[in-house]
Amino acid sequence: MSELNIGILGIQGAYEKHALSITLAGANAEIIKYREQLDQIDGLILPGGESTTMSKMMGFRIDYEDILAFAEKKPIFGTCAGLILLGKGIDDPRVHQFELMDVSVARNAYGSQKYSFVDNLTLAFDKENPFHAVFIRAPQIENIGDDICVLATCNNTPVLIESNLYLGASFHPELTPDPRIHKYFIQKIMEVKNGKTPESA
Amino acid sequence: MKKGTFEVKVGLAEMLKGGVIMDVTNVDQAKIAEDAGASSVMALERIPADIRAHGGISRMSNPEMILKIREAVSIPVMAKCRIGHFAEAQILQEIGVDFIDESEVLTPADEENHIWKQDFNVPFVCGCRNLGEALRRIGEGAAMIRTKGEPGTGDIVEAVRHMRGVTAEIRRLSTLDKSELMATAKILGAPFAIVEWVAQNGKLPVPNFAAGGIATPADASLMMQLGAEAVFVGSGIFKSDDPKPRAEAMVKAITHYQDFAVLAEVSRGLKDAMVGISASTLDENEKMAKRGW
Repeated sequence: MSELNIGILGIQGAYEKHALSITLAGANAEIIKYREQLDQIDGLILPGGESTTMSKMMGFRIDYEDILAFAEKKPIFGTCAGLILLGKGIDDPRVHQFELMDVSVARNAYGSQKYSFVDNLTLAFDKENPFHAVFIRAPQIENIGDDICVLATCNNTPVLIESNLYLGASFHPELTPDPRIHKYFIQKIMEVKNGKTPESA
Repeated sequence: MKKGTFEVKVGLAEMLKGGVIMDVTNVDQAKIAEDAGASSVMALERIPADIRAHGGISRMSNPEMILKIREAVSIPVMAKCRIGHFAEAQILQEIGVDFIDESEVLTPADEENHIWKQDFNVPFVCGCRNLGEALRRIGEGAAMIRTKGEPGTGDIVEAVRHMRGVTAEIRRLSTLDKSELMATAKILGAPFAIVEWVAQNGKLPVPNFAAGGIATPADASLMMQLGAEAVFVGSGIFKSDDPKPRAEAMVKAITHYQDFAVLAEVSRGLKDAMVGISASTLDENEKMAKRGW
């Protein structure tokens, strides 16, 4: 597994934590701040942080179009703010979505920080042990398209989803020292690298 | 489902890393900050430079003003309460502030005790001048630590002193024998369990940010290179001659704090930074950093 290089967009937010999780899951992690770096990685993580800050910085050293071109061939995993960027349908000029997943997401849907929470989830790909998930000013997945596969829910709302080359979480797997979700993403990258077409749900 | 745990509080601090938290006094400034890419705003009625100039008692801001700012932006909103003034903190928690700064910028309400922050659901950030102070605040429940620096001066010297002090003490702790840690905890005046954790892990158990005197992109980069994980900019933006481009330059300087070409590029063309006051010319009783223990 160690020959895989996973990039984490290093504009703002919890990118160092994701790098630790990727290392724990057995791949190489690289913080991505420049468009040239995208050529050297097999998959990309859009971390949690502020989607407005990341949107604002698009076009400085990495363009929106650079990420879209990357996304045509290689997997992307978005967590929290990263999931917001993967989705579509937000009517807010402060947030520039990539519209890679057919999902609409409401920002800060649970309210301010005092409503942030932790909960145990059941992962569709590993049902035996619960996953301790941390939700911070979390976005809420509202509507999902037919091609979206739901991998975990919390109070009947999808919180971990997959479609085509993309994986999205409304919580923060990088804040839990349990690398199963990062391993799942790495597995997905391996399949793409080995020429397997990702299955749509 | 559990809310308000230490893990959830530190989680928000983690999300603010690599960003700029900007002091704002009204809705217009808050929007400028958010549009420039701020990761959070600190809502307060008077920025530290004006508190210094005007004197008088400085208190928690009017909740009405904080709520207006909260409605205007989508990023997290912080607000300050006085050191030890847990009733102000209770009000800030009630109105849904995302992070409370128990701040030496305001007039202290208690000269002996800080707030017992573990009782709150919202996270707190507290200032420190040294490791002992940082670990006492963490013991009380702070989810983020920042340097105190010398607020409202535009002089970086105190923030540098405090950050270097904290990181040097952490390095020293990690060289100590287990049997030396209790005596060190006694000298630091800090809880033993946290001293032991820091010695084993070589870092604070919560994010470590910089504040107090940051006025330019170079100041921001300096603090990051000294070990800060994000910065607070108080008076430095809206007391400068060009708040909007300066705010944008600060955001870029933090993302690319080790890229000197970027730092040179964003520093060019900025108008004058805030005029500032040399921290060394302040009387001891004018120094905000001395507030708290």
